[in-house]
Amino acid sequence: MLKLENIWMQISNGNGENKEILKGINLEFEQGKLYAITGPNGGGKTSLAKVIMGIYQHSQGSIYLHGEEIGDLSVTERARKGIAYAFQQPPRFKGLTIKDMLNIAAPQAESMQYRKYLRDVGLCPEDYLDRDLGPGLSGGEIKRIEMAQLLMRDTALAIFDEPEAGVDLWTIQKLIGLIVTSYRNNPAKTAIVITHNEKILPICDEVIVLEEGTVAGRGTPSDIWHLIKDDIECKVRNKCQGEVTYEIK
Amino acid sequence: MKLNNLDMDLLNSVAGMHGIPKGAVNIRRDGEAVIRQSSSNIILSSLTGNKPGLKVEIKPGTRNETVHVPVILTQPGFQDKVYNTFIVGEDADATIIAGCGIHNNSHASSRHDGIHEIIIRRGARLKYIEKHYGEGGEKAQNILNPTTIITVEKGAVAELEMVQIKGVDDTIRSTKAYVHEKGNLKIVERLLTQGEQRAESDIEIYIEGDGGAAQVLSRSVAQENSYQLFRAALIGKTACLGHVECDAIIMDNARIKSIPELMAEDAEAVLTHEAAIGKIAGEQLIKLMSLGLTEKEAVDAILEGFLK
Repeated sequence: MLKLENIWMQISNGNGENKEILKGINLEFEQGKLYAITGPNGGGKTSLAKVIMGIYQHSQGSIYLHGEEIGDLSVTERARKGIAYAFQQPPRFKGLTIKDMLNIAAPQAESMQYRKYLRDVGLCPEDYLDRDLGPGLSGGEIKRIEMAQLLMRDTALAIFDEPEAGVDLWTIQKLIGLIVTSYRNNPAKTAIVITHNEKILPICDEVIVLEEGTVAGRGTPSDIWHLIKDDIECKVRNKCQGEVTYEIK
Repeated sequence: MKLNNLDMDLLNSVAGMHGIPKGAVNIRRDGEAVIRQSSSNIILSSLTGNKPGLKVEIKPGTRNETVHVPVILTQPGFQDKVYNTFIVGEDADATIIAGCGIHNNSHASSRHDGIHEIIIRRGARLKYIEKHYGEGGEKAQNILNPTTIITVEKGAVAELEMVQIKGVDDTIRSTKAYVHEKGNLKIVERLLTQGEQRAESDIEIYIEGDGGAAQVLSRSVAQENSYQLFRAALIGKTACLGHVECDAIIMDNARIKSIPELMAEDAEAVLTHEAAIGKIAGEQLIKLMSLGLTEKEAVDAILEGFLK
């Protein structure tokens, strides 16, 4: 349902030079599957998600959604075509309430649904619906609200960017349950979860490792997990010794 | 006196009126009181002396009553000046809905200067809402200059909400308040300026009694070539609490000057302020666009929420 063909993306490093963040990514995501993207910090995971959403522009390559090239579409148009993205660090809004945001996310929804989705992410609707989405909320609360918005949108493609970041241990389990219920074995939908969480990786059908802007590995969670562990140990060891020679297969 | 559709539209814009409400009402149109009715607990009368205006007396112990006192100007180029006195009796709990709407289809200036004195007696609670609104031709000038002097007596609570969202070309708002022992005052201002509009707000609050508290919250948006000046001064003369918060969104070629000012005259006074001016954050726009809004819809949603 989503195909990325030779995606390159670069940013200016501030010295008048460009740095390649994504280097010729080729990936295909099938309908009805749940994917994880993981890898070291700075490997290009969030950049890739933002390129899919249209927030960042790619410099080369093509993006196809259901066979249609969407690379020139705006963020709004991609959202309307059924792509949803839950931000790693969602912005705050002074004056907009949680209810306002849920209403923007899903204008057709009724207030009963707002309540249901807030409860699903572990927030009491009576306490939260009329609260400002501003500085009074913690990072973890903001993330849960972000998750509720994405689930309410009920799109064909959902991208979660580190849903576990800043969320307490009790709630992470709840959020994992929601992802499983909504996306695993759901033939109409595809979800991509960018994560570093070892509890999320096993629930996915496939894990993709992004490293230094390239796809360094791809396979089932069990295939990939021991490689990641070995990789981490190897990297630490080699970096300490002043050499990096590891290659993932 | 019959009110026409234009009058009713203006009254709806400034006071949310869809008809003549029950209870105490005074509607001033083009310098004259066209409707005046008192209730058993809220007495409306003309001010005596050479200053034209209205006296509103809310009897002590009144509970949950509302009085509407809007002003509308519909004659092009009309210049109005009015002195109003509001007295909220001891232990009363009431709401005053004021506001001024101008319809001006001429090239002349229409102007309303309202000078209000508000006294909230011991233990009383007041909610005061004042909306300003203007409409008319492109070359019309709608000018509103309110002056408000508030006294919050011992243990009284007052919340003033001042809103100016549309169509006022020039405004100079002056607000002075005196908060006595254990009195509590909150002033909320919301302001949107566009085009060549200018708006100035000057608030001075003297907290004069022990345990007194005052809070000023200002949210404003300046668009196009408009100009805003906001000054809020808190003077803590005793053991008291005070806070000023002014947030502004600046757009296009607008200019905003924001001056929070604190003065403590007692070592037990705790006074704080926050002031911020900035454009709409790009990440906020992107977030709303990722939910399917266009850029313009996203801007509108952010501004509407900010000024809500």
